[in-house]
Amino acid sequence: MADRFAINRLPGFTAIAVLAFLALYIPIITLVFFSFNAGKTVMGWDGFSLQWYAVAWGNLAVQEAAWRSVVIAFWATLISTTVATMAALGTTRRRPFKGQTAVYVAINQPLMVPEIVTAVALLIVFAWVKVQTGYQGLGYLILAHSAFCIPFAYLPIRARLEGMDLSLETAAADLYATPWQTFRRVTLPLLAPGIVAGAMLAFITSLDDVVITEFVKSAGQDTLPTYMLGQLRRGVTPEVNAISTALLGLTVVILTAFFLLTRERR
Amino acid sequence: MSPAEEAVLQRSDRNGWLLVAPALVVLGLAAILPLLVMLVYSFLAPGDFGNVKWEFSTDGWVSILFQRDIFDGTLSLADAHLTIFWRSLWLSTVTTLLAFLIGFPTAWFIATRPARQRPIWLFLVTLPFWTNLLIRTFAILEVIRSEGLINTALIRMGIIETPIQMLYTDGAVLLGMAYVYLPLMVLPLYAAIDRFDMRMLEAAYDLYASRWMALRRIVLPIVKPGVVAGSILVFVPSLGAYVTPRVLGGGKNMMIGNFIELQFGQGRNWPLGAALSMTLLIIVTIALLFYVRAANRPRSDHG
Repeated sequence: MADRFAINRLPGFTAIAVLAFLALYIPIITLVFFSFNAGKTVMGWDGFSLQWYAVAWGNLAVQEAAWRSVVIAFWATLISTTVATMAALGTTRRRPFKGQTAVYVAINQPLMVPEIVTAVALLIVFAWVKVQTGYQGLGYLILAHSAFCIPFAYLPIRARLEGMDLSLETAAADLYATPWQTFRRVTLPLLAPGIVAGAMLAFITSLDDVVITEFVKSAGQDTLPTYMLGQLRRGVTPEVNAISTALLGLTVVILTAFFLLTRERR
Repeated sequence: MSPAEEAVLQRSDRNGWLLVAPALVVLGLAAILPLLVMLVYSFLAPGDFGNVKWEFSTDGWVSILFQRDIFDGTLSLADAHLTIFWRSLWLSTVTTLLAFLIGFPTAWFIATRPARQRPIWLFLVTLPFWTNLLIRTFAILEVIRSEGLINTALIRMGIIETPIQMLYTDGAVLLGMAYVYLPLMVLPLYAAIDRFDMRMLEAAYDLYASRWMALRRIVLPIVKPGVVAGSILVFVPSLGAYVTPRVLGGGKNMMIGNFIELQFGQGRNWPLGAALSMTLLIIVTIALLFYVRAANRPRSDHG
């Protein structure tokens, strides 16, 4: 029925959409493809090889940066997800308290303020704290990451909470469960998928951050993204392609899990 | 309301604050307080080796737009700064426009797929959005650099003999930003189009509207909140972009973000950097207020 007048077809739209999807994926696929290239350039395909992965993995600087990225992302996820869960419990399924709008603004602040602005503001404050205390460790990065991960953890948790009514918790309370027992045995298990989803988004967000990390880190505190940015002076090496592909793979796995987790609700 | 109920509700208010307190502490320390400190720093004098001297000065704010002659102390417009602001505004505007022209048909396409297919298409848009910005910028770099995909293909086909210089131009920054921020345009547009009642199109066609007229007079006014949302979501990060212009624009084609960084690096003018950041923050806040107004406006004015 090709000649049927389709109401919602607009001329050229499908073509543009298909081109848009191709444009979104061709650069990424190119990058992934050439990370498996035996040769050194994008000019030609010299056969399949995992040598650039071996080179990247054998590079001590890459290993350290990867480990640092994971450590920071782990702590930032733990902290941001914990405080975001509490904040979500405090702002849903109850009468809005005075000042709740200001709380929303504060929680979403990292989404609204340009990263470069937060980055230099943190640079200023932490430079002062570093002089005062002499502490140079990863704490600054963990604190900064925890803050900007909060909205990413908060949103899925709140969405999950809003879909849960209070009847089960009321039933538990009627059966003489203490508030803590009700929370531990009823609310938390029901909320768990939302918390896991929020933690995943927080983890990806921390792992991917470039700008704030670049400004907050002390000397010798490169994460994978800032290491890759630093390598740029030498042009994009196949080694950087390999690291990118590995990070990309991790993102795809986590995101797919996230979507399966949040879809199962329906 | 009985006193007992009132007491319960008050306790609930207190619990609400107690529960949000830890989040507010983290955000206060690492997101809100630093902005206030930066405001203070913008009114100090630059130190000799970076950092600041603790004396009051408005030079940071003045030198956003003006430069002081080193001999007679007169002020004149700082052309180099104006060029950077102009480039940032211009590139962000064109990026937004480009993202809309590509994003609208894409969102329309997704919204008109069968219901079962839509999550897959949406996933395909969301995936690049969650992929590391740096990786996506590197991916564009691979496509447009001199030994990149486009130049290699054109040379192999014999269309050109020497590679076209695409990298380190304004066009490269534009392309890169449109690429990395496109999903931010598609997602809110999709949400708006998804709610659009297709029977209105049918009614328009019944009344002899052409497709173009129906699109312009019926669809666009109704999905306008989505258009505004998408535009702001693309415009705001474009204006504050740092990574994309640094990687694709090189040192010459700076935007505000790179200019701010310069003040904290080689420029050694922290107060100017702080004042520039505050300016960027103010512009972004104004844009977001527009967004909130547009998002909350009832749709009845098109009835």
